[in-house]
Amino acid sequence: MSIATVTAKVRLSQKVRLRFDRRTGRDMLLYPERGLELNKTAMEIARLCTGEWTIDEIARHLAQIYVDVPPGEIKRQVHDFLDALAGRGLLREMP
Amino acid sequence: MRIEHRPYTLIAELTYRCPLRCPYCSNPLDYAEQAGEIATDTWLRVFHEAEELGVVQLNLTGGEPLLREDLELLVEGASKLELYTNLITSGIPLTFERLARLRALGLKSVQVSIQSTRPSVSDRIAGSPSFDRKLEAMQWVTSLELPLTMNVVLHRDNISEIEDIIALAERVSADRVELANAQYLGWALRNRAALLPTRDQIERARTVAADARARLRGTMEVLFVTPDYYATYPKSCMEGWGRRFIVVNPEGLALPCHLAHTIPGLRFDNVTQRGLADIWHHSSGFNRFRGDGWLPDPCRSCDRRATDFGGCRCQAFHVTGDAGATDPACSLAPDHDYIESVRTQTSLTAGMPVLFEYRTGRGSCPR
Repeated sequence: MSIATVTAKVRLSQKVRLRFDRRTGRDMLLYPERGLELNKTAMEIARLCTGEWTIDEIARHLAQIYVDVPPGEIKRQVHDFLDALAGRGLLREMP
Repeated sequence: MRIEHRPYTLIAELTYRCPLRCPYCSNPLDYAEQAGEIATDTWLRVFHEAEELGVVQLNLTGGEPLLREDLELLVEGASKLELYTNLITSGIPLTFERLARLRALGLKSVQVSIQSTRPSVSDRIAGSPSFDRKLEAMQWVTSLELPLTMNVVLHRDNISEIEDIIALAERVSADRVELANAQYLGWALRNRAALLPTRDQIERARTVAADARARLRGTMEVLFVTPDYYATYPKSCMEGWGRRFIVVNPEGLALPCHLAHTIPGLRFDNVTQRGLADIWHHSSGFNRFRGDGWLPDPCRSCDRRATDFGGCRCQAFHVTGDAGATDPACSLAPDHDYIESVRTQTSLTAGMPVLFEYRTGRGSCPR
């Protein structure tokens, strides 16, 4: 899946489990034999990958929270993070 | 200043018993001499203590973990703790019904190893007719929509099949394929003359794997593990001693790696006698190679010391006799000429048939 061409709604792959980590107060993204520790923004993005939103919609949603950050910068960060997830097979397009 | 370490993964070696007899088995050479296996309740307590320490991933392995009749209870217990539970198996002995039950109890992923894409070769390496059953097991995994990792330990006799291995992984819809060259410790070290590929074989396989990785990005992860003997720098073995992983072996020893207890002079504790947190934080074995105070030259002043942590302690011991030496796999290591001489010897004997010594002992048969 190439994220650049994705206009569909996206969700985390079935193998992914988001697990709240009580030591850090953040989510960990777990998949077979591996895991990623998410920072606050990554956690917010991951939680929005429910199959209800497109990548652009996720970026717009975050722009409403982080009003001090230029929307272009937010869009770039959302894009980069989701591209990294897609590259690991952790993101799926909704049919 | 003491560094606070957090383990993320518990590797639970449930048993050393296995129906296969692979000549590169990662279990210790004397596994058959080990005492019995710890009980269900002890494992469940260990999972709980591990989770409290910060563990989120659980690898159920062996030996062959399917030989534990309490596997269902262990998967269920791990699931209650929200551990991401991976079953690392040969696929034998398994039924569809048992796998479906394990999935319903909370199993999250399955790794199945094959020995070759050619049934006769796979069976010869495994020392037992098993290929067809493994194929069937992999199909069960994906039909139950569990993520499948297909693992193949690469060596001289199967590394040339790498395209076929990747094609098979695609055919069975694997989520990940591990093209893992044997690590030359334990049984693989004993069989090194029969197993170690030549540099040409390694380079070719690496290129094929890299092409497949690019082609399959986002669909199937292609992992290629270079053997230390052809690496420029050593691996960050277990991502550093006592940093990320805890291994608990079948008899209950808590270890930084699955062979740490084969290094003489180190003291390791048993989970039946001491709490896991106490062992992790305070035992002399776990603290022996933590941090960088112990590092020898040239690691001590090397920019890579926080990347590879001096490499593998077991390999350092087996080659130099000193577990505190730089891993000789490193091109900067004082003892690297040993690795070079093994490589030279391998290029000279390429193509010559060498017999395997199969792993043996009472543990090799299911009881």
